[in-house]
Amino acid sequence: MRTIRIGSGAGYSGDRIEPAVELAEKGDIQYLVFECLGERTVALAQQARMKNPESGFDPLLEERMRAVLPLCAAKGIKIVTNLGAANPEGAAKKTAEIARSLGLSSLKIAAVVGDDVLDACTQGDLPIMEFDGTIKQLGNRLLSANAYLGAEPMAEALRGGADVVITGRASDPALFLAPMIHAFGWAMDDWNLLGQGTVAGHLLECAGQITGGYFADPPYKDIPDLARLGFPIGEVGEDGSLVITKVQGSGGAVTAQTCKEQLLYEVHDPRQYIQPDVVADFSQVSVEEIAPDRVRVSGGRGSKRTGTLKVSVGYVDSFIGEGQISYAGPGALARGRLALEIVRERLKLTGVAASELRFELIGVDSLHGAQVSARAQESYKGPYEVRVRVTGRTESLREAVRIGNEVETLYTNGPAAGGGAWKSARDVVAVASVLLPRELAKPQVRFFGSLT
Amino acid sequence: MKLRELAHSRTGDKGNTSNISVIAYDAKDYPLLLKEVTSERVKAHFSGVVEGEVVRYELPNISALNFVMTGTLGGGVTRSLALDAHGKSLSSALLDLEIEASSDDK
Repeated sequence: MRTIRIGSGAGYSGDRIEPAVELAEKGDIQYLVFECLGERTVALAQQARMKNPESGFDPLLEERMRAVLPLCAAKGIKIVTNLGAANPEGAAKKTAEIARSLGLSSLKIAAVVGDDVLDACTQGDLPIMEFDGTIKQLGNRLLSANAYLGAEPMAEALRGGADVVITGRASDPALFLAPMIHAFGWAMDDWNLLGQGTVAGHLLECAGQITGGYFADPPYKDIPDLARLGFPIGEVGEDGSLVITKVQGSGGAVTAQTCKEQLLYEVHDPRQYIQPDVVADFSQVSVEEIAPDRVRVSGGRGSKRTGTLKVSVGYVDSFIGEGQISYAGPGALARGRLALEIVRERLKLTGVAASELRFELIGVDSLHGAQVSARAQESYKGPYEVRVRVTGRTESLREAVRIGNEVETLYTNGPAAGGGAWKSARDVVAVASVLLPRELAKPQVRFFGSLT
Repeated sequence: MKLRELAHSRTGDKGNTSNISVIAYDAKDYPLLLKEVTSERVKAHFSGVVEGEVVRYELPNISALNFVMTGTLGGGVTRSLALDAHGKSLSSALLDLEIEASSDDK
């Protein structure tokens, strides 16, 4: 039976660089995937592209490509990635230029375009899934609308001989499904195979999260050598059989436990994991450790894809202002609480217009709120130090700035011995979703040579 | 006994919804998790955090439960005021849940 090995070289845009080099060097892989596009990254990249039409792709594209292109070219490893963000064509041209500068003259680089569906979305008036309202009602706050494309255009690029495939918004598991469809000629209506392939893609897309990252909890769950965490390899057979493993000797661990945790990561109903290519069913999946750092994952299934594509809509939501300051030693908690009360009153007295405010003490109740924290505090001793945090949502940057100012002025107007004040004010580009009839997205593949 | 003694857990985020897996270390403890770790108890445990509903999905093949909690992430990861906007730290908080293990459960 034919088998391919797919390496996962990054799980988010800022991820470590060298694990991908290790995969290319020692992983015996045929495909290397970089998943680098977060929920709102396309919207931010679109803003960047409006200012400079040459930009809009991932800022780390060059560093990642320079690190792996020579090895991948030498070994014939194909790269599939969403580093294109808001400008896949620009990213492909840049990659061709990098390849030339590295003396790699015969690489074929493909850009998948067409995930930008802003026009299609604004022609209709689609309802927003997360809150009451429609896309038109966002008015000039609307920045971008990008459809989660499926694996087909990426597989087409691979069929066309691409060595590097660069997309913008695409479903993360589809980045991995595309090599499987290409290598094995899977039919686009073989729902069970596509479902099991989606299990593979889903497990691999967050890179280190299945090899021991986001997992260690000593002494219950120990993971060796997280500083040298190895990134995962999916060994996929043409019948959909799957083994998750990693480079021998790298840090981390692949165990039944790491695979189970990642299987359910960001999953709601496990029977219906809706993807552009298939509705995957994770509910019957089993995992089995067959050797050290080798876990077999089976039982993924699927049913017919839906008639719509999920579209990620970026919009200017609001502004957020924030301030922090620390107190330590005896009475730190009481002074922290006093500080919060002072700022609460100051924001009222000075008339700061905030639609939402949070007053919390880092080290005491900032993560899970007063109720959860108070219950736990009964069994813990009070903290040695606390950090005051006040944050609020406003309609202008000017108002947002005032929130941090009211924390900073605690230096000379607040409780004794407040130190390390810090403040920030920023605009918030948020993301919501709409469902677009599938046929309104028209993906295309464009090729660029490193010679031309 | 704390849930931490029986299970491990991971949090994921989508929009304003958080999901938390609860996975038995040992398959023989799965029935106890089914009995003890209910949607109601999870919702009560996260009072002040979860504004929406808590739905539980069961995955017997991997001895796991998946809790989907709406209205949990401060209006959505991309606009939240929270220090931990993704809610990644929620899984550890859930492992603090007290489990009543009577001898006939074992």
